[in-house]
Amino acid sequence: MISDLFTVTVLVGILASGIRLSTPYLYAAIGEAFGQKSGVLNLGVEGQMLLGAFAAFYVALTTGSLWLGLLTAMIVGALMGLAMAYVTVNLHAEQGISGIGFYLFGLGMSDLLFQKLMGTVETVKGFPEIYIPGLSDIPGIGKIFFSQNILVYGAYLLVPIAWFVLNKTTLGLKIRSVGENPDAADSLGVSVSRIRYFTIILGGTLSGIAGASLSIALLNVFQQNMTSGLGFIAVALVYFGGWRPIGILGGALLFSFINSLQLWMQVLSIPIPSDIAVMMPYVVTILVLVATVSKVRAPSALSKPFERGD
Amino acid sequence: MQSRLNSLIDALLPVLATLAALLVGAVMLMFLKVNPVVAYAALWDGAFGSSNAFAETLVKATPLLLVGIGICISFRGDVINIGGEGQMIIGAVFATWVGLNFTGLPGWLTITLAMLAGFLGGAIWGGIPGVLKAYFSVNEILSTVMMNAIAVQLMNFLLRGPMIDPAQAEMASQIPQTARLEEIFRLPRLVPTRLHLGALIAVILAVLVYILLWRTTLGYRIRAVGQNPHASRYAGIKVQRYMVLALLLSGAFAGLAGATQVFGVNYRMITDGSSSGFTGGAGFNGIVAALFGGLHPILTIPASILFGALLVGANKMQRVVQVPSALITALNGLVVVFVVSSEIIRKRRQRRREADAKLENDSLPPPTGSGDKQLNQAEAGS
Amino acid sequence: MKKIVWFVLTLALVLSACGAPAATEAPVAEVPAATEAPVAEVPAATEAPMAEPFRVAVVMPSAITDLAFGQSMYDALVRVQEEMGAENFEFVYSEGMFVVDDAAAAIRDYATQGFDLIIAHGSQYGSSLQEIAPDFPETSFAWGTTVDTFGQANIFAYEALSQEGGYVNGVLAATLSTSKVIGVIGPIETGDAKLYVDGFKAGVLATDPAIQVNVNYIGSFSDIALASESATTQIAAGADVLTGSAQMVVGAIGKAEEANVLWFGTQSNQASLAPSIVVASQVYHWEVMLKEMIGLIQDGTLGGQSFSANLANGGQVIEFNDGYALPAEAQALADETIKGIADGTVTITLP
Repeated sequence: MISDLFTVTVLVGILASGIRLSTPYLYAAIGEAFGQKSGVLNLGVEGQMLLGAFAAFYVALTTGSLWLGLLTAMIVGALMGLAMAYVTVNLHAEQGISGIGFYLFGLGMSDLLFQKLMGTVETVKGFPEIYIPGLSDIPGIGKIFFSQNILVYGAYLLVPIAWFVLNKTTLGLKIRSVGENPDAADSLGVSVSRIRYFTIILGGTLSGIAGASLSIALLNVFQQNMTSGLGFIAVALVYFGGWRPIGILGGALLFSFINSLQLWMQVLSIPIPSDIAVMMPYVVTILVLVATVSKVRAPSALSKPFERGD
Repeated sequence: MQSRLNSLIDALLPVLATLAALLVGAVMLMFLKVNPVVAYAALWDGAFGSSNAFAETLVKATPLLLVGIGICISFRGDVINIGGEGQMIIGAVFATWVGLNFTGLPGWLTITLAMLAGFLGGAIWGGIPGVLKAYFSVNEILSTVMMNAIAVQLMNFLLRGPMIDPAQAEMASQIPQTARLEEIFRLPRLVPTRLHLGALIAVILAVLVYILLWRTTLGYRIRAVGQNPHASRYAGIKVQRYMVLALLLSGAFAGLAGATQVFGVNYRMITDGSSSGFTGGAGFNGIVAALFGGLHPILTIPASILFGALLVGANKMQRVVQVPSALITALNGLVVVFVVSSEIIRKRRQRRREADAKLENDSLPPPTGSGDKQLNQAEAGS
Repeated sequence: MKKIVWFVLTLALVLSACGAPAATEAPVAEVPAATEAPVAEVPAATEAPMAEPFRVAVVMPSAITDLAFGQSMYDALVRVQEEMGAENFEFVYSEGMFVVDDAAAAIRDYATQGFDLIIAHGSQYGSSLQEIAPDFPETSFAWGTTVDTFGQANIFAYEALSQEGGYVNGVLAATLSTSKVIGVIGPIETGDAKLYVDGFKAGVLATDPAIQVNVNYIGSFSDIALASESATTQIAAGADVLTGSAQMVVGAIGKAEEANVLWFGTQSNQASLAPSIVVASQVYHWEVMLKEMIGLIQDGTLGGQSFSANLANGGQVIEFNDGYALPAEAQALADETIKGIADGTVTITLP
């Protein structure tokens, strides 16, 4: 019954779960945005997330420390980023394809390690929801915004931070100039490779956190291929957001809200074939983008290797 | 002579890079307490060890090649098509529908119609992102990723509903698959293995795409738009139209790949709920094959065979030494990274040759070529 | 220069990749049979027993560790091996064969190697088997889950009547629900999952027609995040009992535990994931039919029959979780339902 959708419970439910679902997208997509702003397309996000998710889970499981797990995920993500940076910056490899290679590597490696080190699905106690006295008690809003775990808050803090770094700092200026006109940046004394190394490693680190947010904060399990295409959606959301953190936030929320809306529609037995319902977030994302034709231009040097002085 | 040797070395680079990746894989195998020599012997045996093994390699290479030649077109036109998975699915759906419904016609005619339908289905699924990019500035990476997911759900919906095998519809289990194609509507086999006509079609099409890209105005314009859209617009080329065309053609070949998988290998569509269950990941791996082939349709033929051999051989390796399939996936990733990284060596060698040539010809005036000539020169190395 | 490039590249990749593999000394979930199974060494004259061991190969789409469909078959093979002894029973497996034509290649390869029984453990493998089996009339094949042997003399078919266990779970769920809302999470509306879900619904409604059963198919076998969110949604919609089929529900079970909502499992025993709230799991014991097949093959019948794993023949077992204190009358009702289904007095009507 369609009318069942318009109740407070459903509305609060959609918003709260939309915010949870959007968390891994935010980390991964903002990381990807940094890379793309500096001219590097990384299609390996999914692989970095999977390795990060496994590292976080395994360390948390064996040491009992969630923070150590998170740290390991960041290191693993950063190392994946480092390898990607070496291959794309120093060896000038085609970025899209290297990304696919790193995706396959992460997909296989995380599964292999899972099978050899754990062997079966286990659970950990993940980061708990944080209760903020006063705020969490506000009806509706409290449950939506103030009863989430630390990594969810972190994702939302990341949005303004990323905006600030990209737009208001010298570092951001350098990143943007390297992505727009690497030759000019180079002639002004900005090291193109150093900036790109930085953004790719940062992207890997954030993808690692994105994976950890799944395995030790939101879902608290690890299973092979648990991201199931999430990393590719994150890359797509960078384009949706026009490389702006706030736009990415909008895209991640739109996609997640529609996704949780379709879950509710099925749960409320609204007669719609399940496959068609599952399609909704993908279709709506495209349609919204079509309706709001934006003329945001991609960084000019995106996916072009930089070679000095030709 | 010299140049022939040089191009031979260039052509062998991906093979060398693959070997280097397998060397790293050997370390991983040793961690798993598996003898790498035994493992790799099995890999070789599985890919080339017998005529049947080699036929399996070619069967695996066929969709890679078809997707790959499409990728050559789109990447040359500077559009990134990562929607091969979805395009394969829709192409297969179109073709299967024809194969199951046009049963009154002679076999060859139905097959031809089905292949065309597959081509059309893929063209539609590739054309949509093309139109979205050209006229609505929707980035094609975003739209193709989304269209892949939509195609999967569409396939699931069709195979468990309107297109389900009538026999399954009556059973409680309701396996999501279509009816089986009648024998006369299948792509004929070439030798007594699973090798089917699709492989030959793919090779012929690779040659045709080469001609299209380098011997026709259409191909020239697609490449010109890819190299420099601003200059092309200035030169009077309708840039948007060629963007759409590049993605549409790319999708069409992927759609044909989906159709040949149904008509040459599986004889029906089955879904396990994911895209790779049907496509075998060829929509992605085809991109890799095309890049291995330097985005050259003809060179994509050996590149597809190499990658197909790796996939087929790795499965054999899994069976013989019983390593988890996850290792195979990781190994494939390494191969991709290594091969794409080895490109730099080819580029350096090429630059050195050009520098040498330049020294020799220094007295001659520089070529005052049109855009076309420069384009051809830039491409000549690949 | 090239050498340096390669060296550094290799080093970087190895370092970034293998930072973790302390794999060697960790408890490795090794297949006991696997190590000695490699085909290459079989023909060599072994000094060991006179009788040839019975050799089985299984091809499956998911992993042997998925805590669901794949693992149920792996566990069954291990149990057969324990019973028959490692010297009399060997098995090898190809997991992750979700690509149908890869599976077909594997099946054909195993057939040429002379295995006694080749199990195609996935409903999508039917066409491949239909084509391969006639080429190897001396080899026995088994296909599940289905009832279709294609009229082939060397194909066995096996299926699980998942609706039976689903029905029992449903009856129990209806008894234990106080909110009168029950949530179901499924992958795609087909096959084993659909059977289970339909059976579950029938069980609930037969017990209490007033209960509302909310079914949510998430369109994927792997999207754990969406399955978890589905559980949260079900709970927000008032459900106090949940169930779900296929391997992506592992996260959903955690959500049920957090909200202290009951869970019913299927395919494998899921009590280990949340000992306090898993009431019971429907578990497949394929070894029941595997042993029958092996017996038939040894007597010279290579196929042509189909088997059903059900509550009556022990191919399906409801495993209750000791960690959950099931009220005595609910336990009695469950036992009665199981008995009723087994002897045919309880009939399950599927939609």
